[in-house]
This record gives sequence, C-alpha cells and structure tokens, in this order.
Amino acid sequence: MRNVETIKNPDYGMGLRVNVEPTRKALFVKSFKKLCKNPLSASGVVIVTLLLILAIAAPLIATHDPLQQDLARTLSAPSIAHWFGTDEYGRDIFSRIVYGSRVTLYIIFLVTIIVGPIGLLIGTMSGYFGGWIDSAFMRVTDIFISFPSLVLALAFVAALGPGLEHAVIAIALTAWPPVARLARAETLTLRNSDYVVAAQLQGASSFRILFHYISLMCLPSLIVRLTMNMATVILTAAALGFLGLGAQPPLPEWGSMISTGRSYMLESWWLVAFPGAAIMLVSLAFNLLGDGLRDLLDPRTE
Amino acid sequence: MIRSRWLGAAKKLGVIFITLFGLLTMTFVIGRLMPIDPVLAVVGPDADSSTYEQVFLQMGLDRPIWVQYFYYLQDMLSGDFGYAILTGSPVVNDIIRVLPATIELASVAIIFGVGLGVPLGVYAATHRGRLGDHLTRIITLFGYSTPVFWVGMVGLIIFYAWLNWAGAAGRIGFAYDGMFVSYTGFYLIDTLLSGNIDAFISALRHIALPALILGLNSVSFLGRMTRSFMLEQLSQEYVKTARVKGLSERSVIWKHAFKNILVQLLTIVALAYGGLLEGAVLIETVFAWPGFGQYLTDSLLMGDMNAVMASVLFIGLVFVFLNLLSDVLYKLFDPRTK
Repeated sequence: MRNVETIKNPDYGMGLRVNVEPTRKALFVKSFKKLCKNPLSASGVVIVTLLLILAIAAPLIATHDPLQQDLARTLSAPSIAHWFGTDEYGRDIFSRIVYGSRVTLYIIFLVTIIVGPIGLLIGTMSGYFGGWIDSAFMRVTDIFISFPSLVLALAFVAALGPGLEHAVIAIALTAWPPVARLARAETLTLRNSDYVVAAQLQGASSFRILFHYISLMCLPSLIVRLTMNMATVILTAAALGFLGLGAQPPLPEWGSMISTGRSYMLESWWLVAFPGAAIMLVSLAFNLLGDGLRDLLDPRTE
Repeated sequence: MIRSRWLGAAKKLGVIFITLFGLLTMTFVIGRLMPIDPVLAVVGPDADSSTYEQVFLQMGLDRPIWVQYFYYLQDMLSGDFGYAILTGSPVVNDIIRVLPATIELASVAIIFGVGLGVPLGVYAATHRGRLGDHLTRIITLFGYSTPVFWVGMVGLIIFYAWLNWAGAAGRIGFAYDGMFVSYTGFYLIDTLLSGNIDAFISALRHIALPALILGLNSVSFLGRMTRSFMLEQLSQEYVKTARVKGLSERSVIWKHAFKNILVQLLTIVALAYGGLLEGAVLIETVFAWPGFGQYLTDSLLMGDMNAVMASVLFIGLVFVFLNLLSDVLYKLFDPRTK
C-alpha cells in the first residue's frame, strides 16, 4: 500500500502527508457534520429527510385512502379519526397531504434534472467559448430573466394546456437562466486555470475540456443553486396548482388542494390551512438547506 | 470619459432593443403553441364554415408563419394588441383601466416592505451573530418560503371571518362604490380628495390586508439585502475612524454607514417593486382585487389569447423598464460614477 502511495505522491514518503484517495469521502462526511451543526440548516436536513420518508412510505403512514370519498363525513373538523379533518368529498386531508409529498417530489425531481443539465451546458459553453456564442446565449438568458418566472410559467401553461407535466415543463423553462448564469460565471474563473490550460496543451478537445474538466468543477455551486431553486419550484408549482393550471384533481397536489378548499375556507379553515402549511414547511426546508450549503462552500457570505 | 459614457449608453439601448425583440418573439411563439383555435375564439362555436373561412383569411392565418410574425411585430409596435374577448374592448384599454388598482396595491405594499424590511436589515447587521440576527434570518426565510396566496387566505380567515377587522373582497365597500369622484384611479387618494372620510376608511380597510401580505416578500428581500449592504459598510475603515472619533453608535450607523447604502437600496427597491407585480397576480385572485393580476388570470382561464399575451408582454416591458430605472438611478446617485 505504502509503495503505491509513494509512487503516486512522492511527498508521502518525505513525511508530508497529502491525502489522495480518502479526500472526497472524508470531505463529504466532514461537510455534512458541519452542516448539521448549524441548527437552522440541520432542521432543513431533518425536514427534507422526513419528506423523503413520507413519500416513500406513504401507504404505511397515511391513515386513509387519499382518493376514497365518504359523503357522510364531508367537511368534518380535525378529530382523532381524521387528524387534519376531511374535505368537501369526505376525503381525509392528512392522507392527501402524505400522498401529495410524492407529487411535490416528482415535480422537484423532474424540474431539477431538466434544468441542471440545460443550465450547465449553456452556461459552460457560453463562458468557455466567449465571443458571439456567449453574446447569443446571454441575450436569450436575459430575455427569459426579464420576465417574472411565475408570469412566464403561466403563459407557457396557457399555451400547453393545464396539467402536471405541462406545469413541470413550464417551470423548467423559467428556472434554467439563473443556473446558466452561475455556470457561466464559474467557467469564466476556471477557463484560464492551470489545469485547464494543461489539458489544452495536451491536445484535449473543447468537448472533453467542457465535460471532463469544467463541468465537474462547476457542480458544487450548481448544487447549492439548484437546492435553493427547489424552494422556488415548489412555490411556483403550488401557485400554478392554485390557479387551476397545474396538477388536476383528484390528484392530491397541495396547491390544487388549497384551490378547491378556497370555496369552503371561511367555515372550514382546515381545508386550506394544512396543505399550505405543508408547502411552507417544505419550501422553508429547502431554503434552510440551500443557505447552509452556501455558507459551507463560501464562508464569506456568513 | 464622456465618449465612453455615450458608448455605454448606446450599448445599453442596444441590449434593451434586443430584449424587447426577444419578448415579442417569445409571446408570438407562445401564442402559436396554444391549442386554442384563434378563429373559433372570435367567431364562436356556432358560426358556419363560410364565416369561419372569412375570419381565418382576415386574420392572415393562411400566410406563411414568418409573414404572420412580421405582421405580429407590426401590430405590436404600433400598439395594436387586438380585442379582448372577455370585455370586447381593445386590450390596451383594459390594461389601462385595471392598472391603477394594481399600482395602488403594490405601492402600499412597497411602503410596508421598505418600512419594515430596511430597519430589520439594519438591526440584523448591527447585531450580527446575536439572537436578533438569527431571528431576522428566520423571519426573512419564512417570508421567502410561504406561498403568498395561502397567507392571503389565512389572513382572510383570521382577520375577516374571525375578527372582522379587515374589509371583505374588493377595493371598497359596496355602499361607497361610485360615491366619490375618480380623479386618479387610486381609491385612497380619490376618497380623500372627494372629502368622503367614511369611504376612505372603507378603502383603507380593504387594502390593508392584501397590501401587507403582498409586502411580506419585499420585507424579506429588502431585509436580507439591507443586512448584507450594511455588513459591508460596517467593516470599512471609515466606520472604525468614526467610532474612534467618539461618535455615538447611532450616528455611526445612520449618518455614516446607512447613508452610504442608500444608492444600492434605491436600485433594490425598484427591483422589489417588479417582484410585487408577480405576487399581485396571486393576491388579487385571492382578494378579488380588480387589478391587472386578476385580469390576467381571468383571461387565462377563459382562453382569451390576445389579453393573455398582451398582459405577459406588458409585464415583461415593466420589468425591462424597472431594470433600466434601477441602473439609471445607480448611475445618477452614485458619486463614484460621476
């Protein structure tokens, strides 16, 4: 073992300890511990974990079938049988919120895997090649940014027609510009770094440099950005659901639950209060997590 | 120096033109993507095929797409946004009619946002790392994370249904509708100018809740921004000098540090105002506030393409304008750019 280490890293034998292999894993564990030390970001981690558990184990946690109507018990107040009360069709609100976590995660997941690669590709290409490619991409980004995201998403959903998948596409179309800008800024600082220049001198193609060298280095800050984005994604999705343009009933999406509960809210507050609290809690958790991650990566902002 | 400044201004104008062009292109593309038949929306479902054909030709839908695009640009640039199906009047007139309600709402909201957010940010910065700072951080994070339409509804349940403090939906009580002269379109000002105090109180009771809730997001945004601006200033040498000189802490904070962040704050407030327009779409729906946001959502649900696209374009324009304004303000007031 020692010999291999010595060859890889000549300083090792000279008593200068430079860790090669364990760094990434050790760094991850260390960072995670540091993240959990801050009570705010730790609570973010806890809530997001709970959300994941809720979504995975929804059938075990839910007390009722989320779609099961019970017309004898419509609009009943929170009780032991129905923890969060029932809605206008007598469906159990607690169970609907539990199953709704799946819809929320589904939206976040889809938007993130669409937005991440698109933003990364446009941003890194823009930053690396510069010139007219940069100008063209950045002008398009500017145009998308000049619309408030909710209004743009509204317009796209109006064009595509209401529905969960369309809402996801619309949100993704509005969410990529900040990611692209960030990736571009990162690329600009990386472009002239020694290891990239070394790769260029070795004859690596632009493609190889972009995907093997620069993209990987952009990832940490990109992940922070995407985590903070998730809070916005949740709020936009809920707003679209509230306006009746997102997930369609009877799917238990939190925003559309608020939307249908609106007609009964003055007498039956629980129809509106609990789904909204769920949205707030999850969005808050992602904000806390993103905040914590940012402080971790960039201590200057604290 | 002067030449480079003109060059900068020309560049800025160029960027604005490209952005506007892009906005128009985008609304055109979105309009074509729509599954709604634009002819059917005009003639109605009962029209016979000859009428349909006639309108189809009249709207130029038989021409190639790039010709349609050209005509679209021409119409938009000459200010012709078409007729709204919902109201039957030109969309421009509709927007002008509903705009004062939204401006009034957003203005009260921004006053609240600045009035609470800025002191909160200054407080957090001067109490850095202490309990007050952490509390501010939690409060602003809540402001970022809560769905504004939900807070609106909870507010209605508590302050209208339970406590009966706030007025119901709409801008003013039914009894006062039309009881005062409309000078500006802003009810708070119009009722005062008409000398109708009861109507003014009614208008105030109606606007207070939606405006406060709409302003929550600005409180968070401005609070966080103020905090980081202030932290930057407080770490500077001149603050240390002022303290060493023996000035009171209050004078150091407000007369020295705060004075220096005013320019930055001004630009941020302009941006926050744009953010309020977005929130207004949701808040107006909750409170049945007859403004721009409600007009947009109503037209959306009715499939009124002309109205939707014009509204979206309008919001884009306002955003471009606010961005420009924030740039100009910065250049105008920042002594370093002189």
